[in-house]
Amino acid sequence: MRLNSLLADKKASILGKWFDIIIESYPPDTSNFLKNQGSRFANPIGSTISQGIEDIFDELLRGPNPLQAEGKTSQFLDNIVRIRAVQDFTPSQALSFIFPLKRIIREELTVEIAGSRFSDEILAFESAIDNLALSAFDIYIKCREQIYEIKANESKSMTFRLLQMANLINDNNGHGPDSKENNNLKIKRGEVKK
Amino acid sequence: MATKFTAKPDELSKLDYKPPKKGWMDNPVEFKENTFCWGAKGKNLKIIDFPNARDWSPAEEDWKLPENWQEIVLEGIKERLSKYRSLRLFMDICVRCGACADKCHFFIGSGDPKNMPVLRAELLRSIYRRYFTASGKMLGKIAGARELTIDVLKELWYYYYQCTECRRCSVFCPYGIDQAEITMMGRELLNLLGLNIDWIAGPVANCYMKGNHLGLEPHTIKNGIEFFLDDIETVTGIKIKPTFNRKGAEILFVTPSGDLFADPGTYTCMGYLMLFHELGLDYTWSTYASEGGNFGFFTSNEMAKRLNAKIYAEAKRLGVKWIIGGECGHMWRVVHQYMDTWNGPADFLEEPVSPITGTKFENAKSTKMVHIAEFTADLIKNGKLKLDPSRNDHLKVTWHDSCNTARGMGILEEPRYVLRNVCNHFYEMPEETIRERTFCCGSGTGLNASENMELRMRGGFARANAVKYVRDRYGVNMLANICAIDRATLKALMEYWAPDVQVAGLHELVANALVMKGEKERTQDLRLEPLPGKEAKE
Repeated sequence: MRLNSLLADKKASILGKWFDIIIESYPPDTSNFLKNQGSRFANPIGSTISQGIEDIFDELLRGPNPLQAEGKTSQFLDNIVRIRAVQDFTPSQALSFIFPLKRIIREELTVEIAGSRFSDEILAFESAIDNLALSAFDIYIKCREQIYEIKANESKSMTFRLLQMANLINDNNGHGPDSKENNNLKIKRGEVKK
Repeated sequence: MATKFTAKPDELSKLDYKPPKKGWMDNPVEFKENTFCWGAKGKNLKIIDFPNARDWSPAEEDWKLPENWQEIVLEGIKERLSKYRSLRLFMDICVRCGACADKCHFFIGSGDPKNMPVLRAELLRSIYRRYFTASGKMLGKIAGARELTIDVLKELWYYYYQCTECRRCSVFCPYGIDQAEITMMGRELLNLLGLNIDWIAGPVANCYMKGNHLGLEPHTIKNGIEFFLDDIETVTGIKIKPTFNRKGAEILFVTPSGDLFADPGTYTCMGYLMLFHELGLDYTWSTYASEGGNFGFFTSNEMAKRLNAKIYAEAKRLGVKWIIGGECGHMWRVVHQYMDTWNGPADFLEEPVSPITGTKFENAKSTKMVHIAEFTADLIKNGKLKLDPSRNDHLKVTWHDSCNTARGMGILEEPRYVLRNVCNHFYEMPEETIRERTFCCGSGTGLNASENMELRMRGGFARANAVKYVRDRYGVNMLANICAIDRATLKALMEYWAPDVQVAGLHELVANALVMKGEKERTQDLRLEPLPGKEAKE
């Protein structure tokens, strides 16, 4: 894996460019803040992105992740996508941060990869980036579904006590009317079953 | 334009996802689902005699405004400028130093520059300049002034219902400009046109008619509490008999109605019942003053005053000596900073003295209303409670300072003192995210509706990020607080950002640890979940 060692050498420069491109997807006033603030608590977006892309890059360098084979996604990718999934982005904008990595790598290694050297390795690495994008898509959809699920659960748990007070449901703790029909309403106390 | 022509093709392709570089004045709001609350229903505004009562939707082009809406807003600004010296000051003195810019949880989580407090204030300031200052009238945009158009009005609405009046920015402002007060004024002006959100207007109408945000009638309140009594009996073997609307009680207890119906607030409510029973406190619940919270406070000064009036009125009717207030955030901002001047002096009440410890609550000398965290901390300090904190040993707890109690009235130490006495595992979040610098839950000031869930997740991200840190570092699994809106909304926030962290009120944890006279051996907590290591023997 000669390419990987070249990429590891250029890591700082690649990540710097990648970070800047992601940050520039925010309005100019915001990107200045995201770039320049240090603390992970004062600037959680900037620090999550900066830490996240480094971890993602390291994962790519390590090669195929055994977790991915089990259908699990990278926690680092999740951290970034989770944020962008609730910000003012269209789905494509939210996930657009992954693809520029390909261009940055080609720019950084222009000389080294000239004359189709490493072409197989480049192809493999770029395929890994494509997989990363597909994985990000899974996370994005999961996050969006979760928003709707949380909305629904919140409404249900708000009405749960009122239904209980109105004697309309049985929570299997001895409250409410003891009818078979009501027992079928399996709503757990304090938490609505999914 | 020059850059456009000198850009290389690959640079141009980068521009796809960059936001347009327009000035902030030229970016009208786009109403996207999940980021705003539904408009106030006509029937709710009618109940409280508010103007322009009609059904409307923020997402629709036509907001059904009266023809002279501009005149109404400008008159409203004029009136408020003459009434509140602070407003004119806040409109004039900002030097745009930017100290507040990155302190807002909505800005930190959304990255939307109009959520920078300075820019949110500028939305109103630009109108002020155009119509009320010579420079703005003459120089217009150059002087930061702009016309009050329908787009500008919509922008005001969008962002003033995207500020939780948490006042974190004002902690950092060298001039002490209070953005919360600017938002309050902005919302008052919007209410002149019937532009409230229904999540506020509904509770306000309910509270005005029935005494609480949910519109619970007396028998429902009583039934609800009786449910809790059954659960308490299951857990402790003790049958508690609280009183309602009892004349001649020494103390009136007022708490947010959220504690009566929504978990996990309900467990906090059980905590109050158990504590007061154990002390043998001579107190009563009221089904009339059945709401400590005050969504009128998120509407207008006058509306807040109208809703608040019932607390003293009921105290007077029942002939109590003083009042204890439950765990709520904005309720305490109102009690601490407004109630006395609105509806006081409460000279028919006595200066609160704890009947258990004899402690005089001198801080409540004027309002005659004591925060339950202060009351309980005093009990513990004087050794009046028998506590077994090991019952909370399965919990690793962190403390969320609610904005209103922390920044609004300085309740920082009392809950921490209580917490350290009722549980053995307490971990603070990082210093820059707690106490006066605490991050808001992102759902306060009536923004705890469900339809704006995406916005809530943005707004609460800074808070959740700190919780996640202590979860990962110390294994924290419980986020404790003293605010009903926190209890209702942090649950959703944790679900998205920091799964496995639950939410509890302070007095739920107190009651779990409280060793009561004549109780059976506890095998369950107040959630009727088995206490680890103390499960019932088969």
